Amino acid sequence: MYVIGERINGMFADVKKAIQEKNAQTIQDLARRQLAAGATALDLNVGPASGDAKGAMMWLVQTVRAVCDAPLAIDTAKWDVMQAVIPQVPGEKILNSTKADIEIATEYVALAAAHDAGLIGLTIDADGVPGSLDKRVELGAQILAVAMEGGLPMEKVFIDPIILPVNVSPKTPLHCMQAIAQLKNFADPPPHLLLGLSNVSQRCTNRSLINRTYLAMCIGAGLDAAIMDPLDTELMDSSITAELLLEKMIYCDSYLAAARGK
Amino acid sequence: MEIPNVSAKWAGKLSTVVIGATADQGGTRGSTVTIGGSAALPFMSFEGPVGNRPAIAIEVWDAGADTWPDPLKKAYGDAMASTTEWAKMAARFGADLICLRLTDAHPDLGDRSPQQCAQTVKDLLAAVDVPLIIWGCGVDDKDNQILPAVSAAAKGENCLIGTAREKNYRTVVAVCLADKHKLIAESPLDINIAKQVNILCSEAGFPVKDIVIFPTTGALGYGIEYVYSIQERGRLAALGGDKLLGQPVLCDVGFEAWRAKEAKVPPFDTVTDDNRDQWGIMWESATATVLLQAGADLLVMRHPKAVENVRAIVDRLNPAVSA
Repeated sequence: MYVIGERINGMFADVKKAIQEKNAQTIQDLARRQLAAGATALDLNVGPASGDAKGAMMWLVQTVRAVCDAPLAIDTAKWDVMQAVIPQVPGEKILNSTKADIEIATEYVALAAAHDAGLIGLTIDADGVPGSLDKRVELGAQILAVAMEGGLPMEKVFIDPIILPVNVSPKTPLHCMQAIAQLKNFADPPPHLLLGLSNVSQRCTNRSLINRTYLAMCIGAGLDAAIMDPLDTELMDSSITAELLLEKMIYCDSYLAAARGK
Repeated sequence: MEIPNVSAKWAGKLSTVVIGATADQGGTRGSTVTIGGSAALPFMSFEGPVGNRPAIAIEVWDAGADTWPDPLKKAYGDAMASTTEWAKMAARFGADLICLRLTDAHPDLGDRSPQQCAQTVKDLLAAVDVPLIIWGCGVDDKDNQILPAVSAAAKGENCLIGTAREKNYRTVVAVCLADKHKLIAESPLDINIAKQVNILCSEAGFPVKDIVIFPTTGALGYGIEYVYSIQERGRLAALGGDKLLGQPVLCDVGFEAWRAKEAKVPPFDTVTDDNRDQWGIMWESATATVLLQAGADLLVMRHPKAVENVRAIVDRLNPAVSA
């Protein structure tokens, strides 16, 4: 499972404060803890409130890069921020994210390809988040087509079919699972299929239970990446167990420890 | 018609284990043996590096050779009366290593003391200069007494010592760590337990890269298909990137093959007095050959002629890895 740790995000009060005060230790501690808990990559998001988005993102990049080599997912909706920051990120990086509109996706694919970066593509376009399964798949396929044309290898592409909170949009969890299963078959080797997992349980009770149940269901459908909270131990356990049940690893009594030891 | 390329790409690679230590390395061996390191299925050199040539150890016992089948007694003769003479002869037959089995430490047999076992090891180290495998008697409590003594007696020699089992691993792990030996991790033909023993040893502080997996062996006609499939599954997982199964594999070929009645007292119509002794050699050779193709990296064998046969097969299947 390609786990992108979600915790370094200005939406969290501790991170917001750390960005404002340039408190590197808080950020670096979050980076280390997420990686120790099994994160493959780290998402970096300065949050909505930051005035100097470029400067704040570069500070996050440098702060986190000082303590790890993990891939960094540069999480911004602003093209000018993405364009300015990506060339300056040392080591592995991921653009988070592009929309599916062809002209937008073409620019992001070119930027990713030029810097040997990964790219997260959202199945969303000028009309917003699709209400139907078919539209999700169509937009996912559109991003894949642009990536292929732009020379971005499938293993660098992450398609996110956009999960919405289950209390607001009860059909979306099933739609996303079906979209994952269908998009997995679009190419060989297949692209990564990813979700911003925590969104499924926004403003619900039992958030952690909803997150880990849905994660296991999606892994069964073909999900192999998620932006999620690796510090939620039960969530990580569910992820490892779902992969075990899909024969991605050989069982042993200490399989959780074995999987974490990798 | 063009033949399609069906070679697989592998993400994982077996660890490389060195057994033995020369004078430069703090031991007294004339040479060392390196096993493992493959990043492809056995002999599939078109898929990737096949690693080191499978090594062959010849088995000797501390006592009890009188129970061995006649063809083996003929091969070693009077030398079998003395562990050191037996081992010297095995070395002359081309053994890469000597595998000492401390059978007579078994409480129901000689019940030899830890001091006696340690002396046997010292004598053996003085008699031959190839690396050693030292194998306990298989009784947990007794192994926990003798293995610390033999490990200390061979300190610096970088032996391969065993076995660590799911229910009894702490002592052997501790002494191998303290005296810097390599470790045999044994499991009863069970891939899940093979992985479990490795993680137990690892959690007890032993580096998994210094482990050799002994998945339990069975001879031709005695469940070898099952043995094969367990080994194959482990190797596929290892090459797929499972680091807890990515260790070289040892097969106890001689012991198992010579337990078969087809080897000891061949019950076939074509057996004559002239060819009677050949059956065991064939049985041992065939068992080894099958298991080589399942990924065996280290074979413990008995009959010198079977050893010769198996070396010829390795050379033929993959000249690139021949010595």
